[in-house]
Amino acid sequence: MLRQLLDCRTATAGAVALAITCAAPAQARVDGDTITLGSAISFTGKYSTNGVHAKNGYDLAVKQINEAGGVKVGGKSYKLKVVYYDDESTPARTAQLLERLINQDGVKFVLGPYSSATTKAAAPVTEKYKIPMVEAEGASRSLFNKGYKYLFAVLSTSEQYLASAIDLAAEMAKKNGRDPSSVKVALAFENDPFSLDVRAGVVEDMKKYGMKIVIDDKLPRDLSDMSATLTKAKALKPDLLVVSGHSKGAATVTRQVNEMKINVPMIAITHCEAAKIVSKFGDGANDILCATQWAETLTYSDDLFGTAADYDKLFKATYDGYKNVPYQSAQASAAVMVWKDAFERANSFDTDKVRDALAATDMKTFYGNIKFSEHGNNIAKPMVLRQIQKGKFNVVAPSKWASHEINYPRKAN
Amino acid sequence: MLDNIAILTAAPVFNVQLILDGIFIGAIFALAAYGLALVWGVMNVKNLAQGEFVIMGGYFAHVMAGWGIHPIIALIPAIVVMFLFGWGIYRLIIRWIIQHDMFTSLLATFGMALVIQQSLNLAFGPEIQTVDSGFEIRFILDGLVTVAEIKLVSFLLCVLLAGIVVVFMKRSRMGQAIRATAQDPRAARVMGIDTEKVYAFTFALNAAICGAAGVLISMIWVIQPFYGITHSIRSFVIVTAAGFGNLPGVIVSAFGLGLAEQYSGFVLGAEFQQATVVGLLVVVLVWRQLLLSRHRQVVQ
Repeated sequence: MLRQLLDCRTATAGAVALAITCAAPAQARVDGDTITLGSAISFTGKYSTNGVHAKNGYDLAVKQINEAGGVKVGGKSYKLKVVYYDDESTPARTAQLLERLINQDGVKFVLGPYSSATTKAAAPVTEKYKIPMVEAEGASRSLFNKGYKYLFAVLSTSEQYLASAIDLAAEMAKKNGRDPSSVKVALAFENDPFSLDVRAGVVEDMKKYGMKIVIDDKLPRDLSDMSATLTKAKALKPDLLVVSGHSKGAATVTRQVNEMKINVPMIAITHCEAAKIVSKFGDGANDILCATQWAETLTYSDDLFGTAADYDKLFKATYDGYKNVPYQSAQASAAVMVWKDAFERANSFDTDKVRDALAATDMKTFYGNIKFSEHGNNIAKPMVLRQIQKGKFNVVAPSKWASHEINYPRKAN
Repeated sequence: MLDNIAILTAAPVFNVQLILDGIFIGAIFALAAYGLALVWGVMNVKNLAQGEFVIMGGYFAHVMAGWGIHPIIALIPAIVVMFLFGWGIYRLIIRWIIQHDMFTSLLATFGMALVIQQSLNLAFGPEIQTVDSGFEIRFILDGLVTVAEIKLVSFLLCVLLAGIVVVFMKRSRMGQAIRATAQDPRAARVMGIDTEKVYAFTFALNAAICGAAGVLISMIWVIQPFYGITHSIRSFVIVTAAGFGNLPGVIVSAFGLGLAEQYSGFVLGAEFQQATVVGLLVVVLVWRQLLLSRHRQVVQ
């Protein structure tokens, strides 16, 4: 804010002119040759780590687009710029800051915050002002059943997260001469909107095959022990154990499955990367299946970044301290690419024209294909299942993108 | 729910797993709860930052593990550092609130809890952490029951630490002074006991005990800056059930709570583990109230 005030001061001669320019936010969205995108995202609080991953993704794409000639609209080349505010991982603050971005800073094009909770707070605001938002970090399906017209998400929604594990279990059953309906599944999901969405997707797919639920536990928010649930798994011998409870769920199940020698042939979980289960548990993490939005080994590619592997290389060269590129960063970069594409196809900065261009998006990126449904979620990109094999994440499903064979059954260490 | 009970009757061996797990974690609960009982009984301070002290101990082990020091060895420096930390907190905060009513101590310690949580979050980030003990896993009863050596080791360490504290309270001059102060601070002062020092020592001892519990928890479970609250609640449930100054009571309730958590997790599902803890607190309070009212009638 201060910097913008100073910019105003240097740009205008007198105090009167300063008041006029600063009070006319409508000018701010595209001034000179710069298109300003705005985002309220978490730099502090519980989402801070992933918030920073997302910001790095946004920034890398902005830099790459600007270096490659910017965004071409009406025969003129524009540079992209992002204005950030810290929403402190608090949804109420996200909503406040979006009002500020739109009303005071005059931002007309919004990049999403990090997490479903904050995106849920942001969407009503952008909807109210008819400002399009492309988001990359809110996967909850409740975002896409409210009839929002100005919300577009590049990532797969949460009910898709582990559904492919069910297909995989059915495939494995068939391979071993069993009927998929004989597959017994143990579910352990945290009692929060995201995990319950994941669960809903899993249960829906189980119904398709007629599989049976033998355990259906809800994990508490401050989970640190699930030995009781796992003792049940030991007694009931499910064929597939599905767990989703953010990083703590991933870490707790990995630790205790090994500690209690739980012999389940397939274990599928979310948040493996965030929980760093490979570096924490070493061999203990082997053969666990992890859901991911994106992996650098996938064969997706585009003209801006090249292949997924090229993106991976560029990202690591740009930012220090990354051993693996988080998918949160990759999808953030993809969101910026969607903006560029939409501006160029709309050939205008009129928010409604840009919104219509966004709705018609159909593009290939290093992150995967992007095409929005009428609800705004991306329907062109599947979730990927990776198996940890000897400490490496290898894509094993869906088979179209698989680079490795699945190790089945999982061996208890 | 009924089918889960059916499992336990059809294959009783799973009871063994639940009981063992319950006892192993109960021992760690007992440590933190005993610290709370001390502070509550001696100083009448209800320390809401109890769980945060535990988590601090866990992060201490995490840092030491990063330097290549085995967490079991980290127990000793953790106890020393947390003791000094507790002493500092006493001089800085607790000293000023000890004479005031209950709400002041609740508010002050709650504030402390928030500051500790946020500081840990700033220092280590919101990710969960674990510390690897590198110990083996043992099988008993045809492999149906697993015993992680680390759980056994931490159980034995808990027993050892509790033993040391008991002997210290019984035999040492400071221990006697603490007990005297708990009984009657004014009389203790008259007898020449420096109660200010006793209070500082008690609070520091509590922090040290919590730190030790935290080191053990980091090897068995996971730690995270905001996980203190569940440990605080457990400590409060145990101490309320046992009454302060009642070490055997604390131990029995801690084991009881550990077992209750395991069984409710098995029978009712993981979502009811925490509810069981709080539900037990209500039951205990009602039961105490009934006992008390009957007692009053007898006196009349």
